Amino acid sequence: MVLDNIEKLLEKYENGETTLKEEAQLKNYFSQKIVAPHLEMYKPMFQYFLGNQQEQFTKDLPLKPKKRFNYKWLSVAAVAVLMIGFYFTTSIIDNNCNDLGTYCEPEEALEEVSKQLAMISNHFNKGAQAVGYLNEVDKGTATLGYLNEIENTTKIIFKK
Amino acid sequence: MTQTEFLNIVMPFKDKVYRLAKRLLVSTEEAEDATQEVLLKLWNNKSKIHEYKNVEAFSMTMTKNFCYDKLKSKQAQNLKIVHSNYEEKNTPLQKQVELNDSVSWVGKIIEELPEQQRMIIQLRDIEAYDYDEIAKMLNMNNTAVRVTLSRARKTIREKLIKTHNYGFR
Repeated sequence: MVLDNIEKLLEKYENGETTLKEEAQLKNYFSQKIVAPHLEMYKPMFQYFLGNQQEQFTKDLPLKPKKRFNYKWLSVAAVAVLMIGFYFTTSIIDNNCNDLGTYCEPEEALEEVSKQLAMISNHFNKGAQAVGYLNEVDKGTATLGYLNEIENTTKIIFKK
Repeated sequence: MTQTEFLNIVMPFKDKVYRLAKRLLVSTEEAEDATQEVLLKLWNNKSKIHEYKNVEAFSMTMTKNFCYDKLKSKQAQNLKIVHSNYEEKNTPLQKQVELNDSVSWVGKIIEELPEQQRMIIQLRDIEAYDYDEIAKMLNMNNTAVRVTLSRARKTIREKLIKTHNYGFR
């Protein structure tokens, strides 16, 4: 009776008409130790199906929250790099101001400027002294002016 | 969604994904990689996971597509899949099963089937899915699934009878 039923189920099974319940019945039947000899060849098949159900995925899953690259941070980084760049270049100029021929200390600069100005005025005064002789020349020309007077009078004399 | 929530969703079917991948790719290593890949894809799209009606079916479809891609790229490279499962880290149960020679024969017979038949055998006879579910996973219609399944089962039976007779006569 049972065997008859199993044979029918097998036929249905091969035609793909069995329900899951009926298939479970078949699997059940073929997991027994003793099976009807003419159905022996089905045994490994159902055993294989049952055995394969047990296989498990054992590998770990590296589930890290995937970090997506945020482009906002790129701009922040760029600004930071620029700031650092500016800071260092300005400090480099500060440190090397002697190389550029200028003075770092304002007092030092003032001293030097006043020194230079004093020197200039010194020389300027010398020049101005030399120019002073021109006044004498003026005097000379002024006396020469009297000659004109003499000429005027002589002209008058000769006209008459 | 936190990791534990995600794992609670994924845990029930991760083995099924792995077994399907193994059925298609044969190699244990490749199947593990494929499973990892599929689950990571799910994890990366975890914000959309609630939109899927059936995460399990969706993952199975994903696995199928992923494995097909793998197989195709292998063929394109003109490489044969050599499944050298050197490392034997099988469960004792599987070992015990494989010791049984005729049972391992069934595995070899299934390996020789076309991919689609292999998949359907896997989904129906091993994972015991509904026809409708299988149809949805594989994007086929219900009767096509039944026909393919019946064809696969008949092939297995015929080959089994052959090896059975060979063994005993």
